[in-house]
Amino acid sequence: MTEVEAALADAHRREWARVLAATARVARDLDLAEECVQDAYASAMTAWDRSGVPDNPGAWLTTAAKRRAIDAIRRDAALRSRLPLLVVDDEEEPVHPEGRDVEKLSEAVPDERLRLIFVCCHPALAQEAQAALTLRLVCGLPVPDIARAFLVTEPTMAARITRAKKKIATARIPYRVPRPADLPERLRAVLAVIHLLFTTGHTAPSGAALVRADLVDRAVHLARMLCDLMPGDAEARGLLALLLVTDARRATRVDADGRLLRLKDQDRSRWDRAALAEADAMIVSSLRAAPPGRYVLQAAIASLYAEAPAYDQTDWPQLVALYDRLLQVWPSPVVALNRAVPLSMVAGPEAALAEVERLEGDERLSGYQYLPAIKADLLSRLGRPAEAAAAYRQAFDLAANEAERAFLDRMARAGSLF
Amino acid sequence: MAQYAILIYAHDSAHRPDATPEDTATSDAHAEELTSSGALVMAYALTPRDMATSIRADAITDGPFIDSKEVIAGFYVIEAPDLDAAIAIARTNPVVRDGGGVEIRPVHGGGFVQRDSGPGRADG
Repeated sequence: MTEVEAALADAHRREWARVLAATARVARDLDLAEECVQDAYASAMTAWDRSGVPDNPGAWLTTAAKRRAIDAIRRDAALRSRLPLLVVDDEEEPVHPEGRDVEKLSEAVPDERLRLIFVCCHPALAQEAQAALTLRLVCGLPVPDIARAFLVTEPTMAARITRAKKKIATARIPYRVPRPADLPERLRAVLAVIHLLFTTGHTAPSGAALVRADLVDRAVHLARMLCDLMPGDAEARGLLALLLVTDARRATRVDADGRLLRLKDQDRSRWDRAALAEADAMIVSSLRAAPPGRYVLQAAIASLYAEAPAYDQTDWPQLVALYDRLLQVWPSPVVALNRAVPLSMVAGPEAALAEVERLEGDERLSGYQYLPAIKADLLSRLGRPAEAAAAYRQAFDLAANEAERAFLDRMARAGSLF
Repeated sequence: MAQYAILIYAHDSAHRPDATPEDTATSDAHAEELTSSGALVMAYALTPRDMATSIRADAITDGPFIDSKEVIAGFYVIEAPDLDAAIAIARTNPVVRDGGGVEIRPVHGGGFVQRDSGPGRADG
């Protein structure tokens, strides 16, 4: 990878959302904005090759993308007058004329990602569309990756995103951060989507690397931004804490060869203690703000797992209790499945297996690789290696991440040796 | 500004043929509120579900088209700058806190038709 290629890749990861958000306000059309941003990135390759990587690649790209948008608007003025445009507020930043110093411009460009996030996560859009749109527009993720993340075909995902954009324009979903009275309601949708981004990044839906650091980092960054926006919101803090605790283990989730390590096999001394401490402080303060919501409880669970000096010393009964409370505020089959893990330590693997087998009937978990994976572990602890191997194989078939697949393959083979 | 149609879904319409002003006081008050705010473009209250007649292919049946707990009790058109503003107006409809709800649909086009007798009832 050349220096320019590396700079471009970096700018795509870091600046995409900022560039698109600023361009969308000028273009007043999400498709046009996307097109202009893509063009800007493409043109950067040649321009940066010729005259070097600019000091502020994001500002360079924003200027280039906005200029393209303005050109397109002039060119197709007649066509645009017949199309519904993105609703933006009047006090918007004027379009900067040519010749303005790029560095100055970068200072003048406010961080509009939040605006973009709120339009993507508008409750008038179906939640699956909100998540897809956020991944596409805020994270710049290609449609095939998004399709994979949501386990649908590429045309289905492309149609879903197109439909959502059409609704934003036609129903006039405004391009702005909601007013304070609407924020709590609107924030819930945003939190759910950020959490989804994190999970997608934490175990990338496909590919060789287990973690997609860019998605994970962006989710953490977005969660931080929301905490700043709503300092009084316990759930925003809970989400950030949850992401921090989960991500604190990033360095230890795979061994030197990139092979997946289970929680019990991870080197706890290498966990990010600063992140864990930051999360813990947030959890403590949020738990006081009764009653705790879904994210605060999830963070408390993750933190309890991380607190134990060793896996065997985990406070299992307290974990089961926390899962019970979580199930009350968020009755998800995934929560019920995860509860089976501490349950197996409190009530034994047999009881946990019965619970997992009960959940097998739940259609929502039918494509979820962690169900057969957890089942396999329980079967193996119960001394039923052949069944365990079969369950690991089943999990292997469902998993798409290469590191996970390699781990499940190893477990399946080990089991069949008996 | 854009126009949005608000469809009112309720267990039934309070606007029976013999409805008293008391029966329709809640929706009348709301209509007045919207009128004085300047948001209301037009509004229709419909008679109860028992008065509905549906046609599907060759069949004519008694009752609303969709067999559901809720029925469209009325509809109105408002003017609002964007969906958030339309939502803010629509959610003040009393039916929202009374077991029913509203559906917001952006209007594509339409309006009254120019006729010799003028708009309104076709009483002949």
